[in-house]
Amino acid sequence: MSPSLLHKTETTMDEVKLFGFWASPFSRRVIWALKLKGVEYEYIEEDLPYNKSDLLLQYNPVHKKIPVLVHGGKPIAESLVILEYIDEVWPHNPLLPKDAYERSVARFWAKFIEEKTQPMWDFFRKFGEEQQKAIENNYEILRTIEEHGLGDKKFFGGDQIGIADLVFGMVIHMLAPMEEVVGYKFIKADSFPRLHAWVKHFSEHPVIKDNVPDYTKVVDFLKIRREFYRNSQQNS
Amino acid sequence: MAGELVLLDFWPSPFGMRSRIALAEKGIPYEYREEDLRNKSDLLLQMNPVHKKIPVLIHNGKPVCESVIQVQYIDEVWHDKAPLIPSDPYQRAVARFWVDFIDKKMYELGSKIWKTKGEEQANAKKEFIECLKLLEGELGDKTYFGGESLGYVDVALVPFYSWFYAYEKCGDFSIEAECPKMIAWVKRCMQKESVAKSLPDQEKVYEFILQLKKVFGIE
Repeated sequence: MSPSLLHKTETTMDEVKLFGFWASPFSRRVIWALKLKGVEYEYIEEDLPYNKSDLLLQYNPVHKKIPVLVHGGKPIAESLVILEYIDEVWPHNPLLPKDAYERSVARFWAKFIEEKTQPMWDFFRKFGEEQQKAIENNYEILRTIEEHGLGDKKFFGGDQIGIADLVFGMVIHMLAPMEEVVGYKFIKADSFPRLHAWVKHFSEHPVIKDNVPDYTKVVDFLKIRREFYRNSQQNS
Repeated sequence: MAGELVLLDFWPSPFGMRSRIALAEKGIPYEYREEDLRNKSDLLLQMNPVHKKIPVLIHNGKPVCESVIQVQYIDEVWHDKAPLIPSDPYQRAVARFWVDFIDKKMYELGSKIWKTKGEEQANAKKEFIECLKLLEGELGDKTYFGGESLGYVDVALVPFYSWFYAYEKCGDFSIEAECPKMIAWVKRCMQKESVAKSLPDQEKVYEFILQLKKVFGIE
C-alpha cells in the first residue's frame, strides 16, 4: 500500500465513512439511518459510473458499488446489510422492532420493496407496450405494499420510521421525479390513499425533509437518463 | 417458546433446506408438510399471500416467509442452542453480505446451467465457478464459514450442493475439479446429521430436473 493510502485508511476506532452517490436511493437510505440516529460521519461522493475511486473498489471488490459504510476502517457493503449494522451498533431510535416475529415482518417488507425497486423503475426505462406493462405491474406491486405491508399504520415501522420505510423512501427520492419526467403519477389520494398519506408523513419528517437531494437536480439528471434509454431502445 | 411449528416446504428446494438445517441444528421439533407446487394448499396461499411460495415457517399460527428471514428468526427465538449468526455486529454484517451474495447469484446461475445451452450455458457455468471461487476465498482456512461451527453462510450455501450433480450432468463439467476447497467444505458439512438429513439425494434431484426439462420442453 502506498503511504498516502495508508494515511487514508488509518482511522480511529469510531470513524464512520460513507461512500455514496447523490442521486442514489441506496446510499440515501443509509444517510437517513445515520441522521435518524445522530451518528457523525464523513461522506465521500463517488463519481459514478465511470470514475469509481480506488478506495471504493478496494472496500467493495465483489460488487464495486455504493453504498459502502466504513466503520473504524472496516467496510460493509449492501444497503440492507448496512442498515442492520447501523441499527445494531447504534441501537437508539431503532429501525427494527425488538420482538422476533415483528422483526421478521419488518425484514420481509424491506426485502420485498427492495426486490421490487428496480422493476418499479421499468416504466421510466421503457417505452410503448413494454412501458404499459410496467405501469400495470407497478399498480399490482403498490397494491400489495399498501394492503399487506403498510395497512393502517402510519409508517411500516408503526409510529416511528423503520427499516422498510427507509427502503420505500425511494418513492419520494426517485419514483416521484421519474413520474414527473415520464408524465405519469402512481400514488394519488384516490388510487392509493394509505400510501399517499405515508408519502406525506415520511417527507415531512424533520430528518427526511432536511436530507433529500435537490428535486430539480434529480429531475434534470433523470431527463438525461430517459433520453439515454430512448436512444438505446431505438438502436437495439 | 416451543409452541407449534410447521414448515411448508418442497423436498428439492434449497431454500426449504436452509430452514430444515437450522431447525435440526438446534434440535427443534416441527411438522414438515410437503407442498405440491402445481396444487398449492389453501394454507400456503393464506400464509404467504404475497409470494405464494415455499418455504413458509408457521410458528403458533403466524407465518415467517423467505428462507433467510426464517433462519434469522429461528436463530433469534432459539438463541441458546447452536447459534448460527455471529454475535459481533461486524461479523454479522460480513455473514449477511455473503448470504445476500449467495441469494443474488447461486439459484439464478444454477437455473441457467440446467435450462440453457450453448453460449448462455457456457457463460452461466463460468460465472457460477467464479462465484464459488469467491466463496472459497471467503472460507479461507476455516472449517466452516461460521468458523469452528456451522454458521449462517454455511446454512445458506450448503443446500445448493444437492443440485451440484444435476448442474454437472446438464452442464457437462466437474465442480470438484474447479473448486476442490468448496467440495471439501461440503463434505465436512455433510458429516453433520443436521445437514445430511436435510438434503435430498443428488440423483433424485437430477431425476427431478430431467422431469422439469420434459415439462418445460427443454432438451
